[in-house]
Amino acid sequence: MKRTLLTGNAAAAWGMRLAGVDYLPAFPITPQTEIIETVARWIDTGEIDCRMVTLESEHSMITAAGAAAATGVRVFSATSSQGLLYGMEMLYTVAGWRAPFVLVNVSRGLSSPITLEPDHNDIFAARDSGFLQIHCATCQEVLDSIILAYRLAEDERVRLPVIVNLDGFYLSFTREPVEIPKSETVARFLPPFDPGNVRFRASEPVSQAVAVLGGGPYSYFRYQAHLAAMNATSVFEEIGKEFEEFFGRGYGSLETYRSDDAELVFVMLGSFATKAKDAVDRLRAAGQAVGLVRPRLLRPFPADAFRQALAGKKGVAVIDQNLSAGSGGILHRELTAALYGQPETPPVLASFIGGLGGRNIGPEDFFGIAAETSQAIAAGKTPPPRLLFSEGELKDVRQLQAIAGISPEKPGRDA
Amino acid sequence: MPKQDIINSMYRVRFHGRGGQGMKTASRVLGKAFFLEGFEVQDAPRYGAERRGAPIFAYVRASRKAINERGIIRRPDLVVVADDSLVDIPAAGVSQGVSTATVVLIYSNHEPGTWKQRCSLPENVVTLPFPEDTQHEHRFISTICAGAAARLSGAISRDCLKEAVQEELADLGEEMVQANLSRALHAYDLMAPYSNLVVAGAGETGETFSKPDWIELPFEPARVSAPSIHAVLTSEKVATGLWRTMRPVIDDSLCQRCGLCNSLCPEGAISLDTAGFPQIDYVHCKGCMICVAECPTHAIHTLPEHETEKGLE
Repeated sequence: MKRTLLTGNAAAAWGMRLAGVDYLPAFPITPQTEIIETVARWIDTGEIDCRMVTLESEHSMITAAGAAAATGVRVFSATSSQGLLYGMEMLYTVAGWRAPFVLVNVSRGLSSPITLEPDHNDIFAARDSGFLQIHCATCQEVLDSIILAYRLAEDERVRLPVIVNLDGFYLSFTREPVEIPKSETVARFLPPFDPGNVRFRASEPVSQAVAVLGGGPYSYFRYQAHLAAMNATSVFEEIGKEFEEFFGRGYGSLETYRSDDAELVFVMLGSFATKAKDAVDRLRAAGQAVGLVRPRLLRPFPADAFRQALAGKKGVAVIDQNLSAGSGGILHRELTAALYGQPETPPVLASFIGGLGGRNIGPEDFFGIAAETSQAIAAGKTPPPRLLFSEGELKDVRQLQAIAGISPEKPGRDA
Repeated sequence: MPKQDIINSMYRVRFHGRGGQGMKTASRVLGKAFFLEGFEVQDAPRYGAERRGAPIFAYVRASRKAINERGIIRRPDLVVVADDSLVDIPAAGVSQGVSTATVVLIYSNHEPGTWKQRCSLPENVVTLPFPEDTQHEHRFISTICAGAAARLSGAISRDCLKEAVQEELADLGEEMVQANLSRALHAYDLMAPYSNLVVAGAGETGETFSKPDWIELPFEPARVSAPSIHAVLTSEKVATGLWRTMRPVIDDSLCQRCGLCNSLCPEGAISLDTAGFPQIDYVHCKGCMICVAECPTHAIHTLPEHETEKGLE
């Protein structure tokens, strides 16, 4: 094993390289493009043997990925944000084919207004598609998760495509120490894809996902995909343990950090959760019993693991880096549904919206979240949702509005 | 200077420069050097819709323990400024989070005292003067800054710096590696009197912090809150797309016709007319304000775009 400094994008390329991918359909988009650039270079220098094809859109790219996966080869692709949404129709379609492959999404906030920095509305938009989702918090986890994702996707009990998600900038362009496993070891952990009956061939025409008339058969096929996705929780736990035997790093559907004896627990996804970890250490040093629970799997939703990890806690603060307009934080809603009516459900389940469009969540935000949630615990009442947004930030917006020729006192004129 | 508890502390270094000067490379060389010394490291550039000449920054964290902090460094232990015209520009954020504990290294021919006075910077300002052949040497600004920063940290040996430059620049070929290496090591040696000046900070504590000034964001009607631009200039009306929020305007009565703005404009958007007066091409000016900062007679001032009633001139 070699330990070196890699960006999240380079780690994703390495995960793909070690997985022995046969086919890569590609389309560029910031902040993902470096991944396919890196792989393209390796193909060019002959370091890897993979067929790369540039498509004219993400819609075609995901179609090509699904179609190639249906022939029984190992397929990888990557996108981000608007690109993921442009391919959205095909996400549902190829997942319905039950063709396993791995798609990396580098999270970036969605338009409008346009931004390049990360939040999770892009990946949450894909949550009902039938793709499984693994969310990464470090560059190491990006590399490891891609290898795990192939095992998960290709498992007979699952056989669904998997999205591996990493945050733009905070992982994609950030270098961290990463251990690159030996390819021989990876080849033993992840042998070449045994496609079984996944054998779509041009010379032997078959119909890839039949048309069904009527809700009965439709319900059967969609629910089977759901049951397969539900199987993925225990399969992931199983291969995560096996991964540890091979590489010394274990992965479960949840990462828990100092949460066993915590009274108050932060729940959040992705790379910003390491910031929460840092805040946990600092709050612990100040004598507060705080911990962190971070889901690695968003689909399937690790409901049982959450119930176990949060049982008996006095308060939970869910920090959503996404926003469902007209509802609120999506992870908070999903967690509430998973915990409702369960024994020892935490009485306070507070919702915070933060990190939209890459907005920083600083230590003082976490300290503030802990303070507000502690007050709610004392009062015995869950507080209303809060957007992490400061007085200073509103002033900045006012300056931008002034440049754009508008202010609350001088709103836009009629045409 | 005694070091703080090395186990619980972290070096937080921010590099400020302009797009094209290699701040990402500088952060990677320093990051790799720390890594080779056995530190856990995080290095990253911060960029978005950037363009050549615009202020950008990159940062490095280094610690003996796993690093959980992420993103922008708000309380730096060391700030390295590769382009001294940025110090005066608030939007460049050079002085953001700079405290009395912060060391500020400026690549500049002005004395530290000048900067301390001019920009109310703290006590620990160090300057690294330009080499004589400025024109040629500016190409190596990133490795010069990385070499100097490595020495100021007091935690990086000459050998590790050397190896870091070699590894990070390997793709450029041996000749460029050697050219960069000699500059990086020279800067490293020049900073010998200040070795160990930077103290790795402990970061914020959970005991003493000021509560964030969160507000309840009120509803505002769409004619205020829709993200539309109502100003005179919109991208649609500018052939090259609109970059500027402010524009430089030249006052001919103060202009000495030195031509400095013409040669320093990174976009080549300033030409000289037959009489030698500079003329700004506002279709191609991206509003970086290098001309404003460099003009020796302060003949160029800034004007917000929304105040330019005429729009395109």
